[in-house]
Amino acid sequence: MDILSFDIFLTLKRIFLAGWRNFLRDGGPSIATIFVILIPVALLSSLLIFKEANRVLISTLQEKADVSVYFKVETKEEEILYLKDELSKIPEVKEIKYISKEEALQNFIQRHGENQTLMEALREVGKNPFFASLSIKAWQASQYETISKFFDNSNFKDQIEKIDYYERKSLIENIFTLTSNINKAGITLFILMSILALLITFNTIRLSIIKQREEIRIQKLVGASNWFIRGPFFVQGAISGILSALICILFFALLFYFLDPRLKNFFPEFPLLLYFKTQIWILFLIQLLIGTTIGTISSLLAIRKYLEV
Amino acid sequence: MLKFENVTKIYQNSSERMKSIALDGVSFEIEKGEFISVVGKSGAGKTTLLKLVLLEERPTQGMIFFKGIDINRLKSTEIPLLRRKIGVVFQDYKLLSSKNTFENIAYVMEVTGASDKEIKRDVPIVLEIVGLGKKAKNFPDELSAREKQRAAIARALIHRPDIILADEPTGNLDPYNTSEIIKLFLKINEMGTTIILATHNKEVIKIVKKRVITLENGKIIRDDKNGHFIL
Repeated sequence: MDILSFDIFLTLKRIFLAGWRNFLRDGGPSIATIFVILIPVALLSSLLIFKEANRVLISTLQEKADVSVYFKVETKEEEILYLKDELSKIPEVKEIKYISKEEALQNFIQRHGENQTLMEALREVGKNPFFASLSIKAWQASQYETISKFFDNSNFKDQIEKIDYYERKSLIENIFTLTSNINKAGITLFILMSILALLITFNTIRLSIIKQREEIRIQKLVGASNWFIRGPFFVQGAISGILSALICILFFALLFYFLDPRLKNFFPEFPLLLYFKTQIWILFLIQLLIGTTIGTISSLLAIRKYLEV
Repeated sequence: MLKFENVTKIYQNSSERMKSIALDGVSFEIEKGEFISVVGKSGAGKTTLLKLVLLEERPTQGMIFFKGIDINRLKSTEIPLLRRKIGVVFQDYKLLSSKNTFENIAYVMEVTGASDKEIKRDVPIVLEIVGLGKKAKNFPDELSAREKQRAAIARALIHRPDIILADEPTGNLDPYNTSEIIKLFLKINEMGTTIILATHNKEVIKIVKKRVITLENGKIIRDDKNGHFIL
């Protein structure tokens, strides 16, 4: 009884063809399966893209972040410039810019010159209400802490009106917390949806198997091996997974194509469509992996008990 | 070729603790190329005997040898290999309803790993032999009882098995078609295939005129070399 004389490729070809026929014959339930698997596939893909968008957002914010040190009105310009020199000696400091009272006023007028109410209020005050300031940029967000400590311990402490670092720090931290929560919720939802998809696919394929129970029995009695019978159902599950991934990637391509120009207006740092284009293969691979895993595991589970003849 | 040694099969109904003895200490041997008819009333144990050969059931006691191999010692992965050496014709045909006649017969060849070329060559020949040359594309639902039985026979012999088991193959046929089908079996036997035919039809035995094993209540009560049907 020689099993080795089997042509493995021929057998695989037959299993694939039979799986494809199973898939076509099942019609409605097959389509339902595709869309059920699509949910966790799309969910995880969205999470991956969201994660990248989030990374870009955080680094943009960090890039924009700086510490502004505002000096009391009586502080002399020389004192501030001296401090600027001192500060530039700190290795954490990337860049320092001095903004005088006049510059601050000019900047304000430039930015809000068309706003009548603000201009009116400025005139009402009668003098330049702005403080001279040093705008300091660090290499990394974590270094702002060190820089602000420098002021706390320096002799200039009394001449400083305020340091506006802490406000931004809390903004960055808030975004961190928010995105990590969204990530956690997303992953939980992904796991739940995967289980749901697994169960529904399992049921669809099980129904198809129950319908064919007698056929499976006959196939066993005429000498078909378990894999020859199981194979087509396995393939059927895999096809559902592959089609889910295909639909998902096409849907994303369309969605991002239309979303991209709108996103450019308020989040220009993240080129969504470009990012999608560069990552499309890896994304598709991940989708294929999730889709086929769900599809095949559920069909293997579904057929297990019908093979005992 | 096939040897039963003191084979007993007891079915036990677990919920009611009822025992029913289907075969009781059955021993016999069949040589290669023989044509055996197994006769007996319904419930005499004919179908059980065939199921044991096909390993659809396991004996409660005793041993069954197929070509010298104790088939009860076969691992589950080896069972398909045994079944590929056996052709089976069931009373209720057991054709695959989702496949047409050609595909039903081709399936057995696919299972055994035959090439597409061999399938294309052999299936039409066998379909001609059983007289279904023009029904290749029809599905089982579109065939008459006689045609279904012929398709089942074609399926049983397509892979040139060592032995063909036929369980009441004429059960659903009128006398004319019965004689036709039995003649077909005789023809297959003449070509060298061993055949075990289970039947309760007296006419069948009259046509076959070969060795007859008579079962009653699970026991062999007669093993007649020259075809008599006495119950």
